[in-house]
Amino acid sequence: MTDERNLKRGRWSDHQVEQVIGRLLQIGVLLATAVVIVGAVGVLLHHGATPVSFRDFAGESSPWRSLGAVVHGAARGEFPAIVQLGLVLLIATPVARVALTLGAFAAQKDRLYVLLTAVVLALLLYGLIWGKA
Amino acid sequence: MTLALFALLVALGSFLAGLLGALTGLGGGIVVVPMLTLLFGVNLRYAIGASLVSVIATSSGAAAAYVREGYTNVRVGIFLEVATTTGALIGAALAGLIPTSALAVLFGLVLLYTAWRSFQPREEHITQEAHPLATELRLNGSYPVGGRMQSYAVQKVPLGFAVMGVAGVLSALLGIGSGVVKVLAMDRAMQLPFKVSTTTSNFMIGVTAAASAGVYLHRGYIEPTLAFPVMLGVLGGALLGARILARANTVWLRRLFTAVVVVLAAEMLYKGLTGGL
Repeated sequence: MTDERNLKRGRWSDHQVEQVIGRLLQIGVLLATAVVIVGAVGVLLHHGATPVSFRDFAGESSPWRSLGAVVHGAARGEFPAIVQLGLVLLIATPVARVALTLGAFAAQKDRLYVLLTAVVLALLLYGLIWGKA
Repeated sequence: MTLALFALLVALGSFLAGLLGALTGLGGGIVVVPMLTLLFGVNLRYAIGASLVSVIATSSGAAAAYVREGYTNVRVGIFLEVATTTGALIGAALAGLIPTSALAVLFGLVLLYTAWRSFQPREEHITQEAHPLATELRLNGSYPVGGRMQSYAVQKVPLGFAVMGVAGVLSALLGIGSGVVKVLAMDRAMQLPFKVSTTTSNFMIGVTAAASAGVYLHRGYIEPTLAFPVMLGVLGGALLGARILARANTVWLRRLFTAVVVVLAAEMLYKGLTGGL
């Protein structure tokens, strides 16, 4: 099927989907990088002279472990939380890509691939939101 | 060491890792964790978290360019992502139970395998003979070769799926993209053309890494002050690498990178076996 015929039916061709996915990935990485850089500059300016060591694993005592804590911390202007927000945006970029692919398969009425993509999306959201594996 | 100096040195090391990884096609992720743990004394779990984040950045950045060139097989990608994301969640669940010394040994073995593979010629077999499941799942495709479309069929679908599950487990356990294992599944088992397997694999690496990174975020593996110099360094190096790739002497660089990988493998194995990590 040609792109044009698909467009007339309001459907997306594979090629168009690929163009949109490519653009989404680019925007996601750019946005995430910009947020990380803002946070990183703040961290360096405010804590640059503080001695650091990452030898011991603090694990669960880290404050920036949940999406809620990260968003609230970033909103209060805490720089490590802004870095973490950028990293969360970065982790969310492939998730958004899968969600978009799901929409495209749904628009193509491709049931099998809607199902497969939904499984992948569910696994990703499970990890990101509940964080238990 | 102060945070500023530490971040600067880690960013420089990560930049080199990203640059060499992009120029050799072996990926920078594989050397980030050994560099952080062996050179900078970073805890293995923090190193894995930071490395996964940088893997997502480089894979998504590169995939953005590849996808639009029409080499990526989106159906093969989604189908195999069911295996890699399942594997990644299993790996993330296992990661907390496996002692870091065992992870270091596993890492050493994967590094050795990567070094060994980098000297094996990649053989391309484009086939028109499809596995019944490939037809059922509409995995067979076509890609542009010299201005016209070359069709290809997909072989050994169940084997490819299983190997991708293993790639997902390794990706989560070690914080790597596991490109070498993915290539094994897609080139050797499924017999996809190089351009298709390389770009589709890259396309999947970000999704696979995002599955375990989500879990690790909640477990505190992702430490922002360590992750930012790693992510920015690797991404910068990979972007520069992609830009100068055409002008670089990759044979020589590949040898250099392989030598680095072998040294890191020996060190990881030694530290793992003697309990030094």
